[in-house]
Amino acid sequence: MKYAGLLVMPAGFFLSIAAIDLFPGATQRTAFVLCGLAVEAMGLVVAVRGHMQLRSENR
Amino acid sequence: MTPLSPMPFPETSFALTLVLLLVAPLGIAGVALVNAGLGRSRSAAQSLLGTLVVFSTALIAFVLVGWAIAGGGERDLVFHMAGRSWDWAGAGRLFGSGVDTAPPREQLMLLFEVMSAGLVAMIPWGSGADRLRLPAGVAIAAVLGAVVFPFAAHWTWSGWLVQLGPNFSIGNGFVDGGGAGAIHALGGLAALAVIWIAGPRKGKFPREGLSTAMPGHNVVYVLFGSLVALVGWLAWNMAGALLWLNAAPSKLVLVAINTVLAAAGALLATFLITRVRFGKPDASLCANGWLAGLVTSSACAGVLSPLAALFVGILAGILMPLMVELFELVLSIDDPSGAVSVHGAAGLWGLIAAGLFAPQSEQLLAQLVGVSMLLGLMLPLVYGIFWLMDRVIRFRVEPDGERLGMDLHELGGNAYPEFVVHRDESYR
Repeated sequence: MKYAGLLVMPAGFFLSIAAIDLFPGATQRTAFVLCGLAVEAMGLVVAVRGHMQLRSENR
Repeated sequence: MTPLSPMPFPETSFALTLVLLLVAPLGIAGVALVNAGLGRSRSAAQSLLGTLVVFSTALIAFVLVGWAIAGGGERDLVFHMAGRSWDWAGAGRLFGSGVDTAPPREQLMLLFEVMSAGLVAMIPWGSGADRLRLPAGVAIAAVLGAVVFPFAAHWTWSGWLVQLGPNFSIGNGFVDGGGAGAIHALGGLAALAVIWIAGPRKGKFPREGLSTAMPGHNVVYVLFGSLVALVGWLAWNMAGALLWLNAAPSKLVLVAINTVLAAAGALLATFLITRVRFGKPDASLCANGWLAGLVTSSACAGVLSPLAALFVGILAGILMPLMVELFELVLSIDDPSGAVSVHGAAGLWGLIAAGLFAPQSEQLLAQLVGVSMLLGLMLPLVYGIFWLMDRVIRFRVEPDGERLGMDLHELGGNAYPEFVVHRDESYR
């Protein structure tokens, strides 16, 4: 689960990069960069939850 | 205040930057003292020796390999996408060749980045206190200094991130004069990866009940280290403003005032928060609050007004102790030095704040792209690299070594040989 979360995070980064490259307008760019950050945040949450799960199993 | 405008680099700026960069290592000394004080007494010598070893390794790795990637110039590696150019790596020479003949300003940039590479490597070393082996610390420093930090530095100070302004019309491009992102956030995220891989200290999270409190062994080191760090930070931020933001020397007083205001605001905020939450102010957390303020100033000091810098520092000081509690009590992250909150989270907040309070509305977008790079690319990258390294060079010390203490186990002697060793109640 931790690895899945960490693998999702680069997708958010590439979404941000694609947004600034593909969209000309500031509003669209900002919206998609925020979406990219949201994807990264979701990946981080999954990774943290995976870490907590592993910790509780190893206690 | 408008962002600092470009201007030539006269000899006075050169001399001033050189003097500032000679003072900047006090920031490193301060962080080293804080890390040592927040660890246990039986690991204090290993912590400080490790700081020197880790710093030296990162420094050499950067000069030999990293500088070739980090340096900016006309020969940079660029790819084109949708008609726009992306400068993704420098194409300098390896093994430090050409440094002696480089223009004076480039030599100063090298000096700035060399010390930054050392600081980046020290941050995860502090988080791995009491269980991270010295060989692992050296390997981590080598990778950070040779590969990871150089890419972050290149993108931040001469590559595609800073070119978001001219190439994509996004504000002034990514702005991070003092290295809140390339140094502190990257170091904090690397610290998170180290903590995940090395695991918590033995007895930190018992099977039942709350986590065990393991307070730092010398709060005087921690507080004095914070004061020493201020001197280094002032020099670091001012040198960064001269080198990366093209600040005129007359703007440096403002950079210094913003740095002090951010730190002071953060300290007082943490003082009040811990006073309210625990009944009495917590000295260790207050020191970390002060450092969090300094970290935010790394991004903000050169571009914000004093009032905005103060506000950014206050918010960092409010959030930092809450994040330390969240990480330890809820997320089972054992971070003795608090680096993930102090360097990681405060660094990211500083970057966002530098966009939030900037005069141009697009600046926030450039800052968010930088945050996205650090969080979405650098964290998985360093975790993946460290995970592979852990298979070869075990990060964590053997249980017996942890029980004995890192000083005795790795150095053969204690930092405080006259101390009476008592039974550790955390081993249950």
